[in-house]
Amino acid sequence: MTLTLENITKTVGGETHIDDVSMTLEPGSFNVLLGRTLAGKTTLMRIMAGLEPPTKGRILVDDTDVTGMAVQKRNVAMVYQQFINYPSMNVFDNIASPLKLQGVDKAEIEKRVRETAELMHIEHLLDRLPQELSGGQQQRTAMARAMVKDCKLLLLDEPLVNLDYKLREELREEIPNLLAKRDTIVVYATTEPMEALLLGGKCAVMHEGRMTQFGPTTQVYHNPASVETGLIFSDPPINLVEAEVRDGAIFMKSGHQVPLAGHLANLGNGRYTLGIRANHLSVDPTGDDTITMQGQVELAEITGSETFVHVHFNDVSWVIQEEGVHNPRLGEATQFYVDPTRLFAFDANGALVAAPPVEVTNGKAA
Amino acid sequence: MNKITNNKAWFLVLPVFFIVAISAIIPLMTVVNYSVQDIFDPQTRFFVGTEWFEQVLSDRRLHDALIRQIVYTMSVLLIEVPLGIAVALTLPRKGWGVSASMVLLALPLLIPWNVVGTIWQIFGRADIGLGGYLINLMGIDYNYAQNSMDAWLTVLVMDVWHWTSLIVLLCYAGLRSIPDAYYQAAKIDGASRWAVFRFIQLPKMQSVLVIGVLLRFMDSFMIYTEPFVLTGGGPGNATTFLSQFLTRMAVGQFDLGPAAAFSLVYFLIILLVCWVFYTVVMNAGKQGEQ
Repeated sequence: MTLTLENITKTVGGETHIDDVSMTLEPGSFNVLLGRTLAGKTTLMRIMAGLEPPTKGRILVDDTDVTGMAVQKRNVAMVYQQFINYPSMNVFDNIASPLKLQGVDKAEIEKRVRETAELMHIEHLLDRLPQELSGGQQQRTAMARAMVKDCKLLLLDEPLVNLDYKLREELREEIPNLLAKRDTIVVYATTEPMEALLLGGKCAVMHEGRMTQFGPTTQVYHNPASVETGLIFSDPPINLVEAEVRDGAIFMKSGHQVPLAGHLANLGNGRYTLGIRANHLSVDPTGDDTITMQGQVELAEITGSETFVHVHFNDVSWVIQEEGVHNPRLGEATQFYVDPTRLFAFDANGALVAAPPVEVTNGKAA
Repeated sequence: MNKITNNKAWFLVLPVFFIVAISAIIPLMTVVNYSVQDIFDPQTRFFVGTEWFEQVLSDRRLHDALIRQIVYTMSVLLIEVPLGIAVALTLPRKGWGVSASMVLLALPLLIPWNVVGTIWQIFGRADIGLGGYLINLMGIDYNYAQNSMDAWLTVLVMDVWHWTSLIVLLCYAGLRSIPDAYYQAAKIDGASRWAVFRFIQLPKMQSVLVIGVLLRFMDSFMIYTEPFVLTGGGPGNATTFLSQFLTRMAVGQFDLGPAAAFSLVYFLIILLVCWVFYTVVMNAGKQGEQ
């Protein structure tokens, strides 16, 4: 089925939660909803599911208007951030519950529950109660429950947030494969840009109830249509600086000069916002045409394999992402290097006007 | 492995030990003391062994009181628990209604036992009490001071009025702790209202319900003040529950030996029932888990 949202708006008590969102979800597509907390991801999913009606707009399934239709008639499934299972039923009964309610016959239930459990690697836990399972196993059960009924729309609302790091990686790798062979529309909400990139598919970026961009995930990542999208789809958020183009060069507010060359060559005179991702800044010079900048070290976060160095200059704070462990002295002036070929340029309204060409290494887009 | 010994730790335990000794162990030992001796005055006493226990346990009046007590406590639980759950389910979940209903529900809980007794004593009177008057007006001959059944029922209604709120508040707290996502998940599955109650709300309320049932069991099994104020245990022996019986024995007849023996038996009954109930409920949960 194809799910179409037409000008969906949702206001609750005078507050706009969803602001004029239109999108079309193709059959069998994997769609990531990326946005910060309170961006409206959950509300949008609830509207897609039919758990709450939109204030304005229509929801179409294959050209049929289903806006007011009750959720149990829509054949949807949802997996939540919390691990939602029926507490007094064992894993088997939990997975079987949607089928039982649909009136599927016993042998068929038995077969499908076992198949799904095997797929989720919980076939050895079928007799256990949810409270006896680890968080990962509980979430696997909840996902099995959602997948067993062959729904047309599967909504996953930050399903991995409450899992520990290792389990999260494990499940995140499995999810796209598990769902690949189905014609179910999958919608997956997350706050993490890395998760969106790893999951692939298409990505809709949400900001304060609006959808700022919708397209193939890597394309959105490489061409964020606006400053907002860039900020949301970068972790740490993309570094920004005001700049002006005049006399054949770009002058940053900080006084640094960038040549009007490469992908930036076509910028006309005027004001711009330049953006660069943290991983394209470096405390070591990386090439001949890098721009040297100076700033004060405010903070250094060491994650183990990487160091995030926060620098401050001319009222601007930037984050530099460095491989390995670095221990710069706090408060001290440091030099860092900008690779001008990785700069994004946004116009005065915040719309993208120039994006760096996609780097291709080993056949994979970086 | 060398065990680290630090004798200072004993000083930290001492206050608790002291308080428990004063509040529980020493009084209990006094009762034990009385239960095995016939004491006339501090100098004159005789060891009687299990005589008081035998006398008390074979007392027919005590058997009657025990049966009356069990029937009463069961009735209290059978009414208050389902009623409490039902009321909790109908309470509003947000808005001003929440605080309003909380205050209303908490009111009976704030009233002292003997005041509850007095309220109902007056309320139930056929001549000047609103409740008693209305019941008689409906053609039902109601008089708690003369009719055993009426007295027994009045004590029961009194308890339900006084304590159902406790179950309601406990269940409501349990219900409030259920994330909204559970209800959404059930809605997506198309589960019925009954299924939501049976498979989400009831299991999620289990732990608070255990506490509620235990509290109500212990409390109603020890009921004293309300029947004492209402009818003093009468008419006849209709509302003479175990506590009344015990008080009559100890204070009225000053049979301290049998009263002490009976106190211990009484205490053991409550302890035993609570322990059995708790173990059964907790094991029932585990049984299902395997």
